[in-house]
Amino acid sequence: MAEMRQPIECGVPDAKPYMHPTMLKNYGKWVYHSHPKPGVLYHRAESGDEIWTVKAGTQRQMDGYTIRKLADIADQYAEGFVRFTTRSNIEYMVTDEKKVEPLIKALFDSGFPVGGTANSVSMISHTQGFLHCDIPGTDASGVVKALMDDLYEEFIKCEMPNRVKLSTSCCEINCGGQADIAIIMQHTKPPKINHDLVANVCERPTVVARCPVAAIRPALVNGKPSLEVDEKKCICCGACYPPCPPMQINDPEHSKIAIWVGGKNSNARSRPTFHKLVASGLPNNAPRWPEVGEVVKKILNVYKADARPWERMTDWIERIGWPRFFEKTGLPFTKYHIDDWKGHRRTLNASAHIRF
Amino acid sequence: MAKKMHDTPMLDQLESGPWPSFVTGLKRMAKNNDMAVDLLGQLEASYRDLKGYWKGGTVGVFGYGGGVIPRFTELKKDDKPVFPDAAEFHTLRIQPPPGMHYSSKLLRDMSTLWEKHGSGLIAFHGQSGDIMFQGCTTANVQPAFDELNEMGFDMGGAGPALRTSMSCVGAARCEMSCFDEARALRTVINNNLDDMHRPALPYKFKFKFSGCPNDCVNSIQRSDMATIGTWRDNIQVNEKLAKEYFATHGMDKLMTDVVGLCPTKALSVKKISEASKAEGISSVAVNDTHALQIENHNCVRCMHCLNVMPGALLPGKDRGVSILIGGKSVLKIGATMGTMVIPFMKLESDEDYEKLNELARNVIDFFAENALEHERTGEMIDRIGLVNFLDGVGIEVDPNMILEPRSNPYARMDGWDEEVEKWNERQAG
Repeated sequence: MAEMRQPIECGVPDAKPYMHPTMLKNYGKWVYHSHPKPGVLYHRAESGDEIWTVKAGTQRQMDGYTIRKLADIADQYAEGFVRFTTRSNIEYMVTDEKKVEPLIKALFDSGFPVGGTANSVSMISHTQGFLHCDIPGTDASGVVKALMDDLYEEFIKCEMPNRVKLSTSCCEINCGGQADIAIIMQHTKPPKINHDLVANVCERPTVVARCPVAAIRPALVNGKPSLEVDEKKCICCGACYPPCPPMQINDPEHSKIAIWVGGKNSNARSRPTFHKLVASGLPNNAPRWPEVGEVVKKILNVYKADARPWERMTDWIERIGWPRFFEKTGLPFTKYHIDDWKGHRRTLNASAHIRF
Repeated sequence: MAKKMHDTPMLDQLESGPWPSFVTGLKRMAKNNDMAVDLLGQLEASYRDLKGYWKGGTVGVFGYGGGVIPRFTELKKDDKPVFPDAAEFHTLRIQPPPGMHYSSKLLRDMSTLWEKHGSGLIAFHGQSGDIMFQGCTTANVQPAFDELNEMGFDMGGAGPALRTSMSCVGAARCEMSCFDEARALRTVINNNLDDMHRPALPYKFKFKFSGCPNDCVNSIQRSDMATIGTWRDNIQVNEKLAKEYFATHGMDKLMTDVVGLCPTKALSVKKISEASKAEGISSVAVNDTHALQIENHNCVRCMHCLNVMPGALLPGKDRGVSILIGGKSVLKIGATMGTMVIPFMKLESDEDYEKLNELARNVIDFFAENALEHERTGEMIDRIGLVNFLDGVGIEVDPNMILEPRSNPYARMDGWDEEVEKWNERQAG
């Protein structure tokens, strides 16, 4: 056997060799920015150096043709350097304003929408789904593609009251993260257990310990060591499924999609907030999930019409109150909207404050 | 030419519409790539059955214990994979340059390398910030990694380990940046690579670095230790840009969008003749008669007014970072945000960065020794209380850590006098 190569434990590489030279030269010395038009940012440094950034949406999962096309645009229309945002948008930097319009045209012509800046609905932060996850209830890239087709105009224009961040997640673990609007799989039935496999596949004490409501216990089923679920206690969260795949939580019919709103990571104005449940029970309707798109668009339309400048989703709802949110969006309010998890009483209205 | 394409009636519906289509991309790959042909086949089956068909396993590279996400197909007939050319479809998580900067050459080199060893499909980037090289057979994982490693790139984190980190664009192109985010990231991560490459922690541990409280990398909600830029002195003002803002927007917008939305009422508009010159007050003329006045001691550094009036208002000069500990997602106690534990520390000199590095190491060590299996830092703090955590890592209590003091009397307080003494000593020091 040939000698194995030892890894060079080099860690995070230095970004300098890959950074636009004007960004490198003015590192830490920027003093001003503006937003000339949707998809374009202008930055000025202390030295007087200027840089224009053109932002475009991508499909995140990229084939070689797409990657080379993006690289070719960087060489032909920009200055050879790009960066990606946390939401998988690509950014091209140029130091000559005259390059901006031809760059925008080249991106649109190649199918990459220019936008995603300032008060736009930006690209959806998402997960792997059916493409690569081992526990997904639905797909990620497909949901995002269908939704971004619907929200295309809101990406390339910037007409929202403030920025809008979306995320999707294929299970309740919520890898997509907190967002102004988050679309998350919600299981509604306890796991279906294949008792023939549990003893050989699962480390049972680990699975028992994983349950947030202590609903799982060891049991002998059909003479085999297995696990059983107290279905009255089970909250169908799916936490047992990753450490024990024979406890199948995904169900084509009963795994539904829920919509959450009002998550905000920024500290601007209010402290950061988590998103809150507003709708659930939507079908997992591949390949385009039209029911999900309808609810998302409904919420966005009401927000766009009703929120004041600079109000994020959470700021707007904080101002108008939750009863008005449900009234204006026409979404039903149910007993499932009322939290009952640890610490839930802080989410109840302990006052006489009512809007009429 | 690759083998014949499978019928994909459902995926085909994701080729229409204006947004870039990953399905179109996969089909382009499939023209000369059997793995992509079979990947499309399996993905179509998932869409049809609403079921995932991957299972995990154990695949890695020599010398490391993590960083590869193994995927084996579960879609089998008579024990044989239905889509054999995508039966193994592993992902390599590779750490990108901080701020996710790329030259066109680097993009092409990565693409060429991955078409040679893997499927050619790359995700820029995963939710923890990795470049995800998707679709590799078990046999090709080692040569693919070797070549990436020779290019100067290293494996990211997976499993119960230190995870790949993220920082915002920061100092490279943002006037709000209050420290060198990339340097902080590389200092902390590159000094703790053993915990990334040889997973032995109770569960995952994430660091994130945001240049200002706009927190563009979502560090409070998504990281166990968030390092966020801030400043101690007065907001800097630029009269020329303030007047430009006012000329375009007028008094109504200034009052409604800037002054009215300040969460602590630290902003006001004054006649220039009545503007305060007191310590802690920033004042900037917006026209010939009026000035915007900022009461800096009551400013919470939320960033709102700086966002609305870019350049006219800028972070102060005495910059540094705040540190928050314990952010995480849902499992298993519910999502928790990070808690402020260091309101301010300088981050300029080599010694400052070394202090950050020591703090990071202390926090990881305390986590490694005290967290239960599969417990995140935030859950551990939930279980043991913030004060025990602070004791363990050697941080003194500070009223900036809380929203309000306790409102119930159920605590044993016979150490009160000693604690008061400590507070008085710290105040005197």
